[in-house]
Amino acid sequence: MIRASGLRKSYPGFDLRVADLRVPEGSFITMLGPSGAGKSTLLRLLAGMEAAQDGVLERRGRAVYLDQDNIVLERNVIDNAVFGLRLMGVASAEARRRLRPWLARVGLAERLRQPAAKLSGGERARLALVRALATEPDVLLLDEPTQSLDPKNVAMVEALLREAHTRGRSVVLVTHNLHQARRLGEETWLLLGGRIVEQAPTETFFASPRSREAKAYLAGEMVY
Amino acid sequence: MDVPLGEIWEIAWRSLRIAGAATFLAALFGLPLGVWLGARPRRGGGSARVVLYAAMGLPPVVVGLFFYLLLSRSGPLGKSGLLFTQTAMVMAEAVLAFPMIAGFTAAGVRARAANVRRLVRGLGGSEKQVLTTLLWESRRPIVAALAAGFGSAISEVGAATITGGDIRHHTRVLTTAVVLETRKGELRSALMLGLVLLGLTLLVTAVLVVWGERE
Amino acid sequence: MKKLLALFWLFALAFAAGSMRLATTTSVNDSGLLEAILPQFTVESGIEVEVIAVGTGQALAIAGRGDVDAVLVHAPDLEAKFLREGKGVDHACLAYNNFVIAGPAADPAGVAQAADALDAMRRIYRSGALFISRGDKSGTYHRERSLWRAAKLVPDGRPWYLESGSGMGSTLTLAAEKRAYTLTDLGTFLFMKDKIAIVDLYNRPEPLMLNQYSYMVVNPKRFQGLRSSAAYRLRSYLLRDDVQQAIDDYMKEKFGQSLFHALHGKCLMEVKP
Repeated sequence: MIRASGLRKSYPGFDLRVADLRVPEGSFITMLGPSGAGKSTLLRLLAGMEAAQDGVLERRGRAVYLDQDNIVLERNVIDNAVFGLRLMGVASAEARRRLRPWLARVGLAERLRQPAAKLSGGERARLALVRALATEPDVLLLDEPTQSLDPKNVAMVEALLREAHTRGRSVVLVTHNLHQARRLGEETWLLLGGRIVEQAPTETFFASPRSREAKAYLAGEMVY
Repeated sequence: MDVPLGEIWEIAWRSLRIAGAATFLAALFGLPLGVWLGARPRRGGGSARVVLYAAMGLPPVVVGLFFYLLLSRSGPLGKSGLLFTQTAMVMAEAVLAFPMIAGFTAAGVRARAANVRRLVRGLGGSEKQVLTTLLWESRRPIVAALAAGFGSAISEVGAATITGGDIRHHTRVLTTAVVLETRKGELRSALMLGLVLLGLTLLVTAVLVVWGERE
Repeated sequence: MKKLLALFWLFALAFAAGSMRLATTTSVNDSGLLEAILPQFTVESGIEVEVIAVGTGQALAIAGRGDVDAVLVHAPDLEAKFLREGKGVDHACLAYNNFVIAGPAADPAGVAQAADALDAMRRIYRSGALFISRGDKSGTYHRERSLWRAAKLVPDGRPWYLESGSGMGSTLTLAAEKRAYTLTDLGTFLFMKDKIAIVDLYNRPEPLMLNQYSYMVVNPKRFQGLRSSAAYRLRSYLLRDDVQQAIDDYMKEKFGQSLFHALHGKCLMEVKP
């Protein structure tokens, strides 16, 4: 669970202000908004990776943040996969044991010894996701995890997210894909110019947006 | 052959020790500085990098001269009696290797710092874990930095001559021996010494790289 | 690696006890003379002599800063100045040979037909043939400049007058490659002549061409930490009859002439402080 109020982060040319925000336990929030709206910054604020200049942030449980680059280390697949657990102090052998089913699930079981740098974009995305999921975080903050993935990989990532959600994790997913936002979300936020302009249950958000900006955004019109 | 084989190995072994000690000394200060410069989360440090990169072009003879004046009995550290010793050579060569090691390390670490920090912090790791991860992730550029530092130390002749004096059995190293043999017109010996120098540099670099690439 | 560093210190300390440093000219060192006579000294005295081979000018400069214990050089007027300035003491003449004008066998300047050394210099000057100068304050360079002065000639700035800035061996090699004339000491010339295409065109033992090697102890009163007693022991050793004989005999068989003629302390060229 994350609760924020009066968050502010601004620097020249950028001004993010969020009056009141909640990521309830077990929720699945999809966040929409054009590039530069402040989505990534907001995610990192929620993750505690960046400090806000103002405001109060309350977080219960462990949050992990995954950025859109699906960063892999200059190591092989298994050493990359266990990295999250190793950071938490889990012993190497135990971490490997725990990762095995995860890797099998995302189709990487046969490639444990390969350098991660040799993986395709989709494989990297899966690897990055199981690396985070294996640490059993309470909140997942995901920055466009399916960006530039093919449908098969998108389906695999979405299935993993759904399952995590079913098992009680909270998810905040930033995406540009309206269908995905609608498919997965329980609640949807629209961020524009550093402000949350609409925040509603996903079905309501898509069926009957209230604000002019949300209507325009869903209609595919530029709203900057 | 003017230089007997046994003496060539003696000289090679001395070169290796002096360049090795100089690299070690330079790494002792250069690695932490390079990591610190490269790993800092904020931008900046540009001027420090400019100084480091410029220092990679430090003329060895000028460094040698500096140490000569410093260690000469008429100089500020004259009482140490270190001029024309291997210690003096190690110090001068370390100064020459230092910017290589610090500079290449900083560049390698810097190229990885943003990603590693985002990954580690994103997974809930501490800033200290960012640093340890960064160190391991930068092992290849660090090894390259060490190899470059060693290479500059072992292949250098100007500072070695001025601070060491090319004393037989004491401060004669491969490069100064090549100069001596060339001066004497013993080109076969000079070539032989040169080949040993090349082979040695290649060998050490290979060992370093293999060591750096291991999983 | 730390152990290695510690080892260096030990190394330096261990040898500091029984060693001394001698700055000398490349001509003495590269001829192998010192390697022929110094080991016996080490056996007798337990003192190891660390030889730093540079030009005479640099040798005197190093000694003048107190960085060696003694010098073995060949430039009488520079030696006199060194003594005058109180930097050196107990000058001793050890050996001599002569300077040689070397050049291409074709001898375009006709140096071989010169009446005397100054005439030889004039012939080179007039012919415009290339001449390589050491240009480095070495004893040989010093002598070359004296010869030009004595002949009342100024070669500087002439297109045929080149400065090598390097040791005698390198300069001879350069002269051979460029088919140029150069002034060299006899010892270095004899050692190099079979390796390069250059011949001795003017090689006569006359006063102007005399090449005298002397030993001086660096003034013990001037610097702390000098190993002056070792330097004095080496002085006595070098002047000893059997050692002087060994210097005289060095390479005599190989070259059919002495590389260095013993002087037994009696100078041929005056060195007046």
